Formats: sequence, C-alpha cells, structure tokens
Amino acid sequence: MQGLPSEHIVPLKVYFTVASALFVLLALTVGVSLIDLGPFNIVVALVIAVAKMLLVVLFFMHVRWSSRLVWLFASGGILWLAILFALTMSDFLTR
Amino acid sequence: MSHETAVEGTNYLNNGYSLRSWFLTTDHKRIAILYLFTIVLFFFVGGSFAVLMRLELMSPQGTLVQAETYNKLFTMHGIVMIFFFLIPSIPAVLGNFLIPMMVGARDLAFPRLNLLSWYVFVAGASVTLFALVTGGLDTGWTFYTPFSTSYSNTRVVPAMVGIFITGFSSILTGLNFIVTVHKMRAPGLTWFRLPLFVWSLYATSLVMVLATPVLAITVAMVAFERATGIGIFNPAIGGDPLLFQHLFWFYSHPAVYIMILPAMGVVSEVIATFSRKEVFGYRFVAAASLAIAVYGFLVWGHHMFVSGQSVYAGLVFSILSYLVAIPSAVKVFNWTATLYKGQIWFQTPLLYAFGFIGLFTIGGLTGLFLAAMAVDVHLTDTYFIVAHFHYIMVGGAVMGFMAGIHYWWPKITGRLYPEGWAKFSALVLFVGFNLTFFPQFLLGYLGMPRRYYHYPPEFQVLNVLSTAGASILGVGYLIPLIYLLWSLKRGKVAGANPWGATTLEWQTASPPITQNFPTTPVVTSGSYEFPALEEVHSE
Amino acid sequence: MSFPHWRKSTVSDHAHPTPVAHQFDDREQQTEVGRLGMWLFLATEILFFGGLFTAYLVMRWKWPEAFAVANSKMDVTLGAINTAVLLTSSLTMALGVRAAQLGRGKGSFALIIATMVFGLAFLGIKAVEYARKFQEGLFPGPGFVFEGATGRQVETFFSLYFMMTGLHALHMVVGIGILTVIAAMIRRGRFSPDYYAPVEISGLYWHFVDIIWIFLFPLLYLIHPHL
Repeated sequence: MQGLPSEHIVPLKVYFTVASALFVLLALTVGVSLIDLGPFNIVVALVIAVAKMLLVVLFFMHVRWSSRLVWLFASGGILWLAILFALTMSDFLTR
Repeated sequence: MSHETAVEGTNYLNNGYSLRSWFLTTDHKRIAILYLFTIVLFFFVGGSFAVLMRLELMSPQGTLVQAETYNKLFTMHGIVMIFFFLIPSIPAVLGNFLIPMMVGARDLAFPRLNLLSWYVFVAGASVTLFALVTGGLDTGWTFYTPFSTSYSNTRVVPAMVGIFITGFSSILTGLNFIVTVHKMRAPGLTWFRLPLFVWSLYATSLVMVLATPVLAITVAMVAFERATGIGIFNPAIGGDPLLFQHLFWFYSHPAVYIMILPAMGVVSEVIATFSRKEVFGYRFVAAASLAIAVYGFLVWGHHMFVSGQSVYAGLVFSILSYLVAIPSAVKVFNWTATLYKGQIWFQTPLLYAFGFIGLFTIGGLTGLFLAAMAVDVHLTDTYFIVAHFHYIMVGGAVMGFMAGIHYWWPKITGRLYPEGWAKFSALVLFVGFNLTFFPQFLLGYLGMPRRYYHYPPEFQVLNVLSTAGASILGVGYLIPLIYLLWSLKRGKVAGANPWGATTLEWQTASPPITQNFPTTPVVTSGSYEFPALEEVHSE
Repeated sequence: MSFPHWRKSTVSDHAHPTPVAHQFDDREQQTEVGRLGMWLFLATEILFFGGLFTAYLVMRWKWPEAFAVANSKMDVTLGAINTAVLLTSSLTMALGVRAAQLGRGKGSFALIIATMVFGLAFLGIKAVEYARKFQEGLFPGPGFVFEGATGRQVETFFSLYFMMTGLHALHMVVGIGILTVIAAMIRRGRFSPDYYAPVEISGLYWHFVDIIWIFLFPLLYLIHPHL
C-alpha cells in the first residue's frame, strides 16, 4: 500500500534536528525565566511550550504525515480544552 | 415473507449457555444484554428512592422520614438514575447492540474494550452502592463545594471513587462507537446513508469522550480536598467554590445531551419506519445531532445564574443557551414533517415516539424560560426546575428508551411483545408521567423550593396529585417488565423484519447470528428508501 | 546478547502471519482503527489533565504573588534535567518506532529499553524532588509549614503541584508497563514492516505524556518572582 501514513519512514536527520530544536527551546525557556520581563515571562514560557508541543506532535507523533482524521482528533481535544479555559475565565475575568 | 423463522437455528443467544460464554463474551450483542440487566436493576433501585420521596411529600409535615434521610434519598435518586441508568441506558444497551449491525460490521472496533467497559461499570457501580448502603450521602447529585468538601459528614469519598471509575466505562463506550462509525462501515455505506440513530450515537459519543474526563478529575479533586484539607474549592482559605461548579457543569450540562441525543436517534428511526417515509430533511436532522453536541458544551453557565457568577458571563451563557433551541426545533419540525402524509402505523414504538415529541417539547420550551436570567432568578431551585428536567430526562430520555426497547425487542429476542398490553402501558405511562410532573411546574412557579422534606400546607393538593401520578407511573413501568419477560417464551415469533423497516439490522435474522450477517452487506442506497407497501400492513 | 527467537522481518512475515482480528477485513483497517482509537483516547486525556490545568489557571489568576513565591521554592535545575531526560526518551521512542517500521528488531528493542531507562530516570529524579518537598514541609495537609500571610495559597500551589505531577508520574508508570510488554513482543519477533502498529500506538501515548510535562515544567518551575 503506497502512500499510507504508516509506511512513511522519516529520515533520521529529521528526528535529530527536531530533538536538537527541543533542547535549544528548553535552554531558551530556562534562560528567559532568569530575566525579569514582568507579565511577559509567563507568555514567553507558554509560547515556547507550545512550540515544543508542536514539534513533538508533528514529527515524533507523525501528525505531519497523517490522515485528516488524525488532525481532527488531535486538534479536537485541544479545542475543547480551549472552550473549558475560555468560558471558565469569562466568569473570573469579568466579575 | 421469505425469511426463515429465526428462533430456530444458531444465533447469538443459543450460541453457548455457560456463564463463561456470557461473562467473558466479546460479542457486542451479549454485552448489550449484560448492560440491559444491570441498568434495569439500577432503574428500579433509583425508582424506589423516588417512591419514598413522593410518599414523604404527601403531607406537609415530615412524617415518613427524617430530614437527613430525605436529603440522602434525593441525592441517591439523582446519582443512581443519572450515572447508572440514564447515561448508559440507550448507548450501552441499544447502541451496543445496534451500531455494528447498522453499519454492517461484525462487531465494534474494540470488542474486548467493550467487555472491559461493562466490568468497569459494574466495579464503579459496586463502589457507589457500597457508599449508599453504608450510610449514603446527602450532597445532592451535584456535590456542590464547600459542602461536599468541608462540611458533609456522609460517605462522599466512596461515592466519588465510584463515579470516577464509572466515568471510564462511559469514555470507553464512546471511544469504541466513534472509531466504529469511522472505520467499520460496510462498502457503500457513506456518512449520509447512515441511519440517524448512528448519527445521534456518534454525537453522543463525542460528548462522552470530551466531557467525562473533566468530571472524573473534578471528583478526584473533591476527594483529595476532603482527604487532605487543601483549599482549591474552599473559599475560607482562598479557594473558589464556583471553580467546582464550572468544572462540574462542563460535564454535567453536556451529560443532558448524552441522555437525550440517543433518544432522539430512536425517535428518528421509529418515525421513519412507522410512517414509511424517508425522514424529512435527513441531512439537517443528522447535522442537528452534531450541532446539539457541540452547543451543549457552550451553555453550562446557565446552571449558575444565581451562584455569584459574573453577570457578563451569565449573559453570554444565556444567549448561547437560546441557540440550543434551534437544532432541537429542527428535529421536532422534521419529525412532524416526516409524519405528514405518511402511512402511519400505530404500533407501540410510535406511541412512545409521540410521547417523546410532546414531552420533550414541553421540557425544551420550559428550558427557554430558565435560560432567561431574570426568570431564572425566580425559578432557580424550585420545583419548576425539577419538573423541567424530568420532562427532558423521563419524558424525553426514558420514553425514547421505551420506544427503542419495544421497536428492537423482536430483533433482540426474536419474539414480539404483546401489542395490546404494550399500548395500554404506554398510555398508563403517559398519563402517570404528566400527573406526576405537571403539578410540579405549578408548585415551582408558586415558589415551592426543591430538596425540602416539608412544605406549607397550601401546596398539599398539588403534591398529592403528583404522588398519585407517581404511583400510576410506577405501574406503567412494572407492566412492561412483566409482559416483556413473558414474551421471551410465549411471544409470537417475530421473523427477521416484522416492521418492514429498511435499516441494515433488519436485513438479518432475529435474533441475529453471532457474526451479525452471513456475508458483509453492500449498501447501494440511503437508509430510508421504502418500497411500495401493502403486504406489511396485513396484520 | 543473543536473540534466539529473532527472525528477519521478511521471514517472520511468512512464518508468523499476524492474524487479523475477526471484526476487521484486513490489517490496514486494523492498524488504522488502533491508531484512531489511541488519538481519541489522547483527546480524552487532554481533558482529564485539563481539569487540573483549569484549576491551576484560576488559582494562579486569583493568587499571582503567592504562586510566584511558591514557584521560587522549586528546584529549577532538577526540573530542567528531568525535562531533558524526558525529551531524550521521546527521541529514543520515535527512533524505536522507526526501527520497527524498517523491521530492525534488535535496534527497535534496544531503543525501547533505552526509552524505559530514561522514563525510570525521570521517576527517580521526581522521587528525589518529592522527598525534599516532604522534608521542607511543603506537602499539603497538616504537616505543611510556610511562614507568611499567603501560606494557605502557597499550600494550594503545592497541592496542585502534587496532583499534576503525581498524575503525570502515574501515566509514566503505565507507559513503562506498556513498553515492557512491547519490548517482550519485539523479542518474540511479533512485528514486521507490515505489522508494527502496537509499537507505533504505544509511542503516541509516550509522546503525549512527554507533552504534558512540556507544559508542567514552565508552569510549575519557571514563573518565579525576580527578587
């Protein structure tokens, strides 16, 4: 069966590049936490975390090469978590 | 008809009689039967708590039970009926039995996971029952903090553990259904050829998979808070009780749709078959199921209008709540349009479906009153709410369950139920239900609060009416129990397709063989393309 | 080390044709079903952890100072080392799946074992951290000791810390259990380039647990006051 996602062999180089990027981001997030950015410390930390998550999801978990259904399920959980956060905070932020 | 009488020959029921062949089965049909026995048991357990409450409420002063006992009764009634009857009722019994057959598959995608889900259910139910018999609990089924975390001295932690465990049974069932619908459909069975029951169970499963884990982790937090005295929900030390309510209702509002969506699916099937017409606006009815499932996640704050929630958040939740009415109304209008100029055949399932439409409409419309913030302030925590959600859950979900059980009884058992008795008990149920719960709308509007074991004398007449209705309702549930059991041995042999229905499950023997179909069916048309009739109406 | 049961993939494919479960038409369907099932399970898991993340969000919003003070009690060095350990384990896991795809049994086995070793190392470091928190009186409950006006809210931080990392650690333990089974299956030559779905699906779970930690680390360790 040609073209199935399961048949996709990712080159070793890709895995090692992604892993290196993850380590760079880890160093970056620890480094930035030592600088006082006020409220932006938390923003930077989360942006870096999201970037790391995307690297793991897209490459290590093969979502980049997976069917649309996998994309849908993977993003569905995150979207529903966003609903939980957003509507809960809609109360706390406007009291 | 050309079908052989299927009670002869091998089928899933006579394929092994040992305990092992039942308790270690991975056949979705046998697992459905295991679930059926379990949930019927819980229905009568939960019902007996209701009987005691209604008896207590016959007189204004507390006579039968103490206030503390009454608190435990309504709590245990709610917990048992919601978590151990309504949530699993149609999905775990009819869904389990029918989804693989309706999509033309030999089984669900994960048969062993399916069996595991039943064991998880029984384990969770046992732990909860243990909590109930060793003292019970008095928090209400909503477990509001800080009462449940800091003050109640009843069996909160064991009940939480039981519900935590049961949640995983629900998640496994939903996961199994979703993957089955995606990947196990027979050749030619495209999404828009699927029976509407499959669509509604698919939408239900999405809710189960995405909402249940939040309840599980929330009850775990409550148990942890009770055990260690930490303060996430305790306002005295900086916690927030409304955080609990947000997390709780993130599950428990969508849970209402876990109960009602499957019933809507049953009604769609029944109406198509007994009016012998393609469902009007099939695509809209299918899409409405998904829309209800998604909207259901955006409205939970309407349970919290008087809790101290921000008014602005309340406004948003109120507007979103109104929007849920749209897909619900789409369904009701389309069912009505399907019946219009149909060849109506008044069999028991259709009577129950009519009951569903009427009672669900009342329940839904009173829900709109409650979605209006100003009205809700007057009606919150009164019997109006109690009546409203019983119209949805009993008038809607249980009527849908009864419709489904009667409609598919010939398929499940190979025997017909006695039509006369069934029609009679459907009527008894309808009358009993309305007599029980309609007076509660009035009581609530007049200001009688829920969850009290005594009340001012001027409310007695309506309460006595309600209790009288409840006893009729009880009879209406006992008659089917008797004649359905009777029909197992004495009922007329049904044949493969007694209703002349068009969906796939009717195209194989009744009861079905273990593999469901002798060969995988190939689908070439939609679910509701009825041939010209005549011959089916001969009885 | 020798692998007496090991067969080359092409051989094993013929010698042990992996049976397709009765409900499926072919192996492709079976593989796709397993993969989707795991992704759906992970969606459930996101919301399972999501309840705790919501509690964290609300409590942090209510008590930013207390949470920042509590954050500064965390050992960033150990946390960062543990993050590195876990990221490495994700790499070895991904490489293990790749080796299984290519039918390289020995390599796949070694990489899965390496993943488990990194997982155990993570749990070991976590245990050291837990022990220190106990000694410092930072475990929520009657033994909690913290001087200052916001002591109870600092306690709330630590109760969230222990619940979130505890649930995460539990998932790690389950993951190591799953990988033990997978390693045993690899040794018995159960997989081939045509059939390696269990390795891949276990990998998805392992990476997911890694991702949870990717968020726990900044939220619990890095947002401290710059005193």
